[in-house]
Amino acid sequence: MIEYSVVNTRAPRVDAPDKATGRAVYADDIRLPGMLYGAILHSPLSHAKILHIDTSSAKRMPGVKSVVTSQDAGLVKYGVSPARYDELLFCHDKVRYVGDEVAAVAAVDLETAMEALSLIKVDYEELPAVLSLEEAIAEGAPLVHDEYERNIGAHVHQEFGDVEAALAGCDVVRTDTFRNKRQDGAFIEPQACIAEFDPNGNLTLRSATQSPHYVQRTIAMVLGLSIGKVRVVKPYVGGGFGPKAAANAMEMAACLMSMKTGKPVKMGFTREEVFLHSRARHQFVHTLTTGVKKDGTLLALKNECYLEGGAYSSFGIATIYYAGSLLGGPYRLQNMKYDAYRVYTNKPACGAQRGHGGVIARAAWEQQLDRIAEEIGMDPVELRLKNMMEAGDVSCNDLKMNSLGMRECIEAVRDGSGWIEKKGKLPEGRGIGMACGFFVSGAGYPIYRSETYHATVSIHVNEDGGTVHVYTASAEIGQGSDTTFAMIAAETIGIPLDSVRISSGDTDFGIDLGAYSSRQTLMTGHATKEAAVDVRRQILGVLARELKVDISELDIKDGLIVFKHGRVDYSHVRTRYAKEHRGWTGLAKGRDPLTFQEAARIAYLARGTIIGRGKYKPAELGGSHKGAAVGTSPAYGCSAQVVEVSVDMETGKITVEKMTDAHDCGFAINRTSVEGQMQGSLSMG
Amino acid sequence: MKTLITLKVNGREWELAVEPNRTLVDVLRHDLQLTGTKRGCDLGECGSCTVVLNGKPVNSCLVLAVQANGAEILTIEGLAGPGGLHPLQQAFVEKGSIQCGFCTPGMILSATSLLEKNPNPTETEIRTALSGNLCRCTGYQKIVEAVQSVNKKEER
Repeated sequence: MIEYSVVNTRAPRVDAPDKATGRAVYADDIRLPGMLYGAILHSPLSHAKILHIDTSSAKRMPGVKSVVTSQDAGLVKYGVSPARYDELLFCHDKVRYVGDEVAAVAAVDLETAMEALSLIKVDYEELPAVLSLEEAIAEGAPLVHDEYERNIGAHVHQEFGDVEAALAGCDVVRTDTFRNKRQDGAFIEPQACIAEFDPNGNLTLRSATQSPHYVQRTIAMVLGLSIGKVRVVKPYVGGGFGPKAAANAMEMAACLMSMKTGKPVKMGFTREEVFLHSRARHQFVHTLTTGVKKDGTLLALKNECYLEGGAYSSFGIATIYYAGSLLGGPYRLQNMKYDAYRVYTNKPACGAQRGHGGVIARAAWEQQLDRIAEEIGMDPVELRLKNMMEAGDVSCNDLKMNSLGMRECIEAVRDGSGWIEKKGKLPEGRGIGMACGFFVSGAGYPIYRSETYHATVSIHVNEDGGTVHVYTASAEIGQGSDTTFAMIAAETIGIPLDSVRISSGDTDFGIDLGAYSSRQTLMTGHATKEAAVDVRRQILGVLARELKVDISELDIKDGLIVFKHGRVDYSHVRTRYAKEHRGWTGLAKGRDPLTFQEAARIAYLARGTIIGRGKYKPAELGGSHKGAAVGTSPAYGCSAQVVEVSVDMETGKITVEKMTDAHDCGFAINRTSVEGQMQGSLSMG
Repeated sequence: MKTLITLKVNGREWELAVEPNRTLVDVLRHDLQLTGTKRGCDLGECGSCTVVLNGKPVNSCLVLAVQANGAEILTIEGLAGPGGLHPLQQAFVEKGSIQCGFCTPGMILSATSLLEKNPNPTETEIRTALSGNLCRCTGYQKIVEAVQSVNKKEER
């Protein structure tokens, strides 16, 4: 067994002291000299034609520096996936939900900006609105986007195997319909940003985002700038859970007004605006038909799904696929049919939220499996164990289980919860149930079709050898990714964690698709490891030449150079290092072990600044059917939970008394962080 | 018309001229640049703007700055001493109670107030005292554990 020094420990997070003392800087904490304050004019109507916008009074108001509408922003459509670019920075011909962005103002202070908004006169012609799935898909319903009949913005039809034939051979077939309510992420930090356009034509946006990279690309495309002129920096972010994963109109409005005024422009959502913007979890209506043999063998699943998506697509073009494809695992299932429709309504747009597209489908199906277990008189745990996939299995929709600890998770929660003693034996008003979870560890492909790397990382070794500095554009949004990558770098190079510094969340530091779909640890982690291996190779390569030994004789452990087969005379290396540090105290001397610091300095003297480079993209994944890309992942995480509840028999109120959770996340880089993620996800749902 | 007020914030006296409609969170963050106090909802729901006002935790978005005239205020910036982190801050760091960190200042200040009044709270008392501070990342488990660990240390 490999012994680790840094990873798999409970190292405190590198950002915790700053966050515990109020020193950590979030977007709304930033002030720049001469900055203006921006605010957005939202549509007060859920569906209306814009007849005329009069900004003249607002423009005349003292203190107002910029008033912009679609006339200034242009008509470049954007969105999340190029397959459904359906948004404009500012509405042009019509508004589609209460909150749609119509105009923006930048002024010397926020009060002035808010007052100026009230001076913008918009003439609307109100249109009938569709506010529910049923209304929206009805024949003759008003159209949110003219080009999508019955408001169906996307539909998916997939079949693997032969579902009807399989159902015909089943002993038990059940059909149930499940419907959730829309949910909001309710991260505690409202979105905020500050844009700064400099006289050289460079734009810097600091924003509370989960993906500096996607924001950079979207801004460059919409505002007509070259990508190299747009820098997006993510300060600390107060939670995202999905809705902060795409560029928003506020970010682009701030950039546009900074370009127009030459001043920094700061903007922030109120809590109300957070809910209006939303981009959170869809409403799903799943009708599931599942067939099993009497012995519990799962044979077929027919999944019909309607997604209420609000006024724009956002991540929805991926959500609609996820709500089908992820039911391909973790159970062995040879026949699966999926028909889904994502429907526009005149409500805030839905997007990605925690467990993107998979959570409601999973919750629905797990409930149906319980009902099936009851019908055939089988224990729900046994039903799941009977059908569980194992590492090496490939699902009917071509999801490959490179590793899968599902069985271990189920057995752990069964034993840890006292399931066998409790199931069916609790007093009236108490109940116990179980369910499994299954999700990607990063999407197999970027949201825009591209051969791009998903993460690039560089590690710069301080010229004095003392520390290494990890540069990554990844997004620490609270999940602990900075700490994870610092730990991976430290372990791989062989130095203590406090010898590693990390700078992240800046598009100047490389490519990183950001924090979504549970991708940072796996993808940026691999890139970090590759960069750290490169650092090691370069430093040990120089040292091996200096000491006239083979590089395979050398190792680095806990910040010291290890000679695998006996002592090597390194006194001349030590002397050289000491000569570079005349007057310094505390240097290693005599027969003290040779340090990483000394070796790194010698390597710098030979080669200049030592920079290790790493990159990651998944191997080609998935099958050839339409939509095969969505749901693919280089690895799948899975979980099992047992929950005990009590029910107030008078009121029906349900109280969760105890949750037992097991999760296969692969190898835990930081044990405390993994627990924190599990507890947080159980609490959020 | 601005009103002259005095505030004692983290032991330091301030004389400020403020408009009567401005909230304490706004004055702390904007005028005093104490941005450790967070603004999450501006409606008194989330608790991220919690400060200790005359010994009691309050939502500083629900207090007008003029109402705080003459008050003693502790913000997260005033909690750590010259010797380093306050034991609660240290416990939050060590126990993994901090994820995104946006609720952390308010959470720590609410917990400080609790421990001042009740050095050995039960889990239920801790959860009740922190019920006005929302956290979306942690599920609260490790936050409760951190507060519990501090009271255990004091028992020894």
